Amino acid sequence: MSLPAIHVQLRKKHRPLESVIHGFLFFCAGFSILITTGIILTLGFDALRFFTNDGADLWSFFTGTVWEPQIERFGILPLLNATLMTSLIAMLVAGPVGLAIGIYLAEYANRKTSGILKPILEILAGIPTVVYGYFAVTAVTPWLQATLGVDLVEFYNVFSAGLVMGILIIPLIASMAEDALAAVPRSLRQAGYAMGATKLEVSLQITLPAAASGIVAALVLGLSRAIGETMIVALAAGAGSKFTFNPFQGAETMTGHIVRISGGDISYQSVDYDSLFAIALLLFFITLTLNFFSRKIIEHFREVYE
Amino acid sequence: MNEAVIATEVALEVKNSDIFYGDFKAVLNLSMAYHHREITALIGPSGCGKSTLLRSLNRMNDLIPGTKITGEYLFQGKNIYDSDVDPVQVRRWIGMVFQKPNPFPKTIYENVAWGARINGYQGDLEELVVTSIQRVALWDEVKDKLHKPALALSGGQQQRLCIARTIAVKPEIVLMDEPTSALDPISTAKIEDLLDELKKTYTIIIVTHNMQQAGRVSDKAAFMLNGVLEEFGPTDQIFFNPKNPKTEAYISGRFG
Repeated sequence: MSLPAIHVQLRKKHRPLESVIHGFLFFCAGFSILITTGIILTLGFDALRFFTNDGADLWSFFTGTVWEPQIERFGILPLLNATLMTSLIAMLVAGPVGLAIGIYLAEYANRKTSGILKPILEILAGIPTVVYGYFAVTAVTPWLQATLGVDLVEFYNVFSAGLVMGILIIPLIASMAEDALAAVPRSLRQAGYAMGATKLEVSLQITLPAAASGIVAALVLGLSRAIGETMIVALAAGAGSKFTFNPFQGAETMTGHIVRISGGDISYQSVDYDSLFAIALLLFFITLTLNFFSRKIIEHFREVYE
Repeated sequence: MNEAVIATEVALEVKNSDIFYGDFKAVLNLSMAYHHREITALIGPSGCGKSTLLRSLNRMNDLIPGTKITGEYLFQGKNIYDSDVDPVQVRRWIGMVFQKPNPFPKTIYENVAWGARINGYQGDLEELVVTSIQRVALWDEVKDKLHKPALALSGGQQQRLCIARTIAVKPEIVLMDEPTSALDPISTAKIEDLLDELKKTYTIIIVTHNMQQAGRVSDKAAFMLNGVLEEFGPTDQIFFNPKNPKTEAYISGRFG
């Protein structure tokens, strides 16, 4: 038995497994697109049905300051305002703290301290959000009331929810920031040190700007998470929409409203029910816009290293 | 020139130094002096300890955990490893240029201005940037794009920019770790020309794998093998009349 001549061996071979794998992978990729399209369509159609109702039109939806489905007032601003307030408070906590932890882990911590800190952060990230919610209601709110006074701080309030949501988001921002900083080439830090820079100067003026794209991505993702977060605000921020800029009052967020209404005994044929899809669609657009902008920022700031 | 610096014949002197990485002894009982306004080339095969030695000269080795250094490193009469010495200040006076060009992801202008600014430069920053870039013969190539990203420059231009930002801090000594090994021959030639110009102001210590380069640019050459300084002397002597048979074997290409 001798091998066939080389020119025969060179002939194209049929490899069925390759085609099967290719097809399977294509199906998986296509499936996620299909699901996304399905969700958008569902949201879109139901939201559209909502806007065909008498009490609801686009203008009053976006400009109305009262959200009272019982009296057919569908102004999104109170819900949107509450969402933005909780998210802003959360980001004011999670942004600086998360970034500081990221810088500490990437630039300062030795192996031993980061070996302790990182698992703790992972535990923090792994706590169910409902636990965070109860933490807000049973610990943070009473503490706020005790320090600032019961007259000022309502039992259900935006501030407590935002604060705890910030704690929830810290690990996300910290670990993304650390990854972004760790990806900055060591040669850049060395260059900084070799010019007589201190560790702080290198960390803040060389490493941090060099990791700008990753840092921005971390912050935007954190904000997306805050806007979409549901359980904490549902438990701690209060039920019932309220258009207020006072963070110590209760105000229902978009997600909080959706979860309360859809959890109640609501008719599937009602305007109330349809209105939830309009809210969900808006949430979806906000997150989409955030992701779009973060992508733009990343492209703009991205540095390519060899 | 910095008037605070006393002009001495010897710019930097190493006395009886051992350098360890953990348990590994990278440099053994080395003593040598680097003279003012001279270019000293450190040559030897890979792993002979020359880069390790270079990084010890401005305490860059502090950044590598597990490094231990004994002996004395006298700069301006002061041992830079004394406990009352600030390594940040050591590096401010003894700068370093690296093997691969590593400009900051900032503009060309900022790359040069940054080091001077963090060190509290009081003069005209813009003038300093311009003269520093001129001194590395890069001005004509970048004068119209000072505020464009440095990373858009070619490798050779980036390396000259890195030298410009190093001298913008106005150091006394410039350490160079194989500064042309990642560059093409034309860029290499430009940097070699530049070294001749720079030694009028600075003491330069350069690690190189390129024998011809060491021969062309250096005044003195040191041959290291397995962490030991085998021979140190005027470059001509090392290359044409080495006293140590190991040096001769290496120079004539019998190993390494």
